[in-house]
Amino acid sequence: MSVQTTDYAASEIRSPASFFANRIFIYGALVFWAFICLFPIYWTITTSFKTAVDVTQGHLIPFVDFQPDWKGWRSLGLSPDSIFRTSTVRDEFIKRFMNSVITSVGASSLAIVIGSLAAYGLTRYRYHFAWFKNEDISFFFLSQLILPPVVLALPFLVLYREVGMLDTRIGLILLYTLMVLPIVIWIMRDQFNSIPVELEEAALVDGLSIWGAFFRIVMPIALPGMVAAFILAMVLCWNEYFFAALLTSTDAKTIPVMVASQTGSQGINWWSMAALATAAITPLAVIGIALERYLIMGMTAGAVK
Amino acid sequence: MADQTLPTDAWPANAAPSDLISPGRKRLGRALMAAATLGLLAVIAVQILYKTEVDTIGFETWRPVVYAYVLWGVALGIGQVLTRGEDGQRALFLLPALLFTIAMVIFPTLFGFYIALTDWNLSSFSGRKFNGLDNFWQMLADPYYRNALFNMVLYVLAVLVEYVIAFGLALLLNAQIRARKFFRVVFLMPLMLSPVAVSWMIGKSLMEYRFGPAAELARQLGWENPAFFSNPITARISIMVLDAWTFIPFMMIMLLAGLQAMSREVLEAARVDGANAWQTFWQVTFPLMLPVSVTAIILRIIFKLKLADIIITVTSGGPGGATDSVSSFIYREYRDRSNVGYGTMLAMAYLIIIIVFVTWLLKFANRFVRNVN
Repeated sequence: MSVQTTDYAASEIRSPASFFANRIFIYGALVFWAFICLFPIYWTITTSFKTAVDVTQGHLIPFVDFQPDWKGWRSLGLSPDSIFRTSTVRDEFIKRFMNSVITSVGASSLAIVIGSLAAYGLTRYRYHFAWFKNEDISFFFLSQLILPPVVLALPFLVLYREVGMLDTRIGLILLYTLMVLPIVIWIMRDQFNSIPVELEEAALVDGLSIWGAFFRIVMPIALPGMVAAFILAMVLCWNEYFFAALLTSTDAKTIPVMVASQTGSQGINWWSMAALATAAITPLAVIGIALERYLIMGMTAGAVK
Repeated sequence: MADQTLPTDAWPANAAPSDLISPGRKRLGRALMAAATLGLLAVIAVQILYKTEVDTIGFETWRPVVYAYVLWGVALGIGQVLTRGEDGQRALFLLPALLFTIAMVIFPTLFGFYIALTDWNLSSFSGRKFNGLDNFWQMLADPYYRNALFNMVLYVLAVLVEYVIAFGLALLLNAQIRARKFFRVVFLMPLMLSPVAVSWMIGKSLMEYRFGPAAELARQLGWENPAFFSNPITARISIMVLDAWTFIPFMMIMLLAGLQAMSREVLEAARVDGANAWQTFWQVTFPLMLPVSVTAIILRIIFKLKLADIIITVTSGGPGGATDSVSSFIYREYRDRSNVGYGTMLAMAYLIIIIVFVTWLLKFANRFVRNVN
């Protein structure tokens, strides 16, 4: 999505005073909301460098009202002085982190593959499965979006136990794929609809098979859409908590579950909690800043006709 | 197999390929599909017999059935191509997603309806007992479930407030400003971050009664006793705020896209006609934005109906179930009491309510948009 510069400001200027009042209001509101968005993140990051006293006294600004300390990161085994020593907490953390990476990347990839194929088929060909036509099949896929996780969670708990997939990453991957599949199909359908059919017709005349045309002609054009869908799926899977909390216990636990289970019986270790939360949000924060364009593209697919 | 395949790709796409397929190839495809189906049924039958202890040959878990289903899907795909040629190749685009979704949704949901009719507590040794509609009657009499449903109504209504804020932010971002990209990234940030981690940090530390900066600020503003999560009403509002913080960017981005897609001429025309900013907004911008707004609100409501993680981490439904959403209530029903049968009944009832509600919402929204425009 390109940023359109609005050039009607000239007509807005009625008098310098009202122009400045207008500007001040707009920037004031922008800064205010930016503060609301960023302060919790700032609080999380700074708290990971605080000691107990600094937390309970509500100190806010590092070096001014408190001296930063590696306490939180040391408890995770990730501070400069503990990084080369063995640390069970760090091993645990890395295991959870890798679980999160594997499940979210795995589920997003699987969803992109089967979702793109289905979306392509639905935009290009007419299907009849018994009395189901294209519209019904599309509706069937998209209606999965409504399905709340809680409906599937308990049956899956029982089924996975029977199939021996409880507390496995593959079990989570399958469920996450199901969760993001409607969104992927939604985005990809929009993408494929925007690609002219003539391109493939030309390719078919030139002797490519329909799958050849898909892989050699359509896919390269639709790649940005696929990236957008992939990133949006990544975000949803990485942050998913409900299924992970119910269906994993020791092996396949993901980062959000680890974060949520930190409340010990002897109170909360704010600093280590904050360090963990920081580590959990950093990957997506980086993705969000670097690939914001794709995220927005994914979210606005099909919204504006 | 290879000597029987015809070079279908040498033919133009429109030529009917079905009559170009040799009978032998068709037979092969049918045989393959039949064999795969028989194989799948056989594995299931053996497993049922083993589990009901009729025979002694079988597998420890049901996992081989999963593999058999995958193999059956592959065989079905190959069979389609063999028997129907190019039509089969087309079907191949749709088959993986379709088989996947059917296996992952239809079967568990049906199974769920069965579980809902049983008395099944995972922590007791008696196993599952069919008990008909007992769970259903228990559900009707359950004040906590009713309370959770009522909370969902409140949470869904909060979407309207979120919409107003999101619209305001979209307008701000669409105004002529510097550093637009910076503000857009910043405003988008909350959506990216793990709701569990963030709600933990906000709910349990920023809003902490004794030292949290938010509580401090509330005291400064004159709230004597800023306990965000101890009184049912403030606790609900706090949960709404936390959830809104995460999801406002989602609506904002959709609305911003709508604003940017709007034609400049219409706004220009309104201005030439002497409309002031307020009139332009209400009589031009807002009506034109209605379809996008409705899409954004409906999608947001659908996400809202799934709300659980924030509540589970921050309040665990407290105080006294006041903040429970349906999902978090069922989650605790399972986690604390291992009550699978009753929990599933609650979930299934919720599913039906949601389906009815969303269908109505879509119809209503359709009519609403058509009437206004």
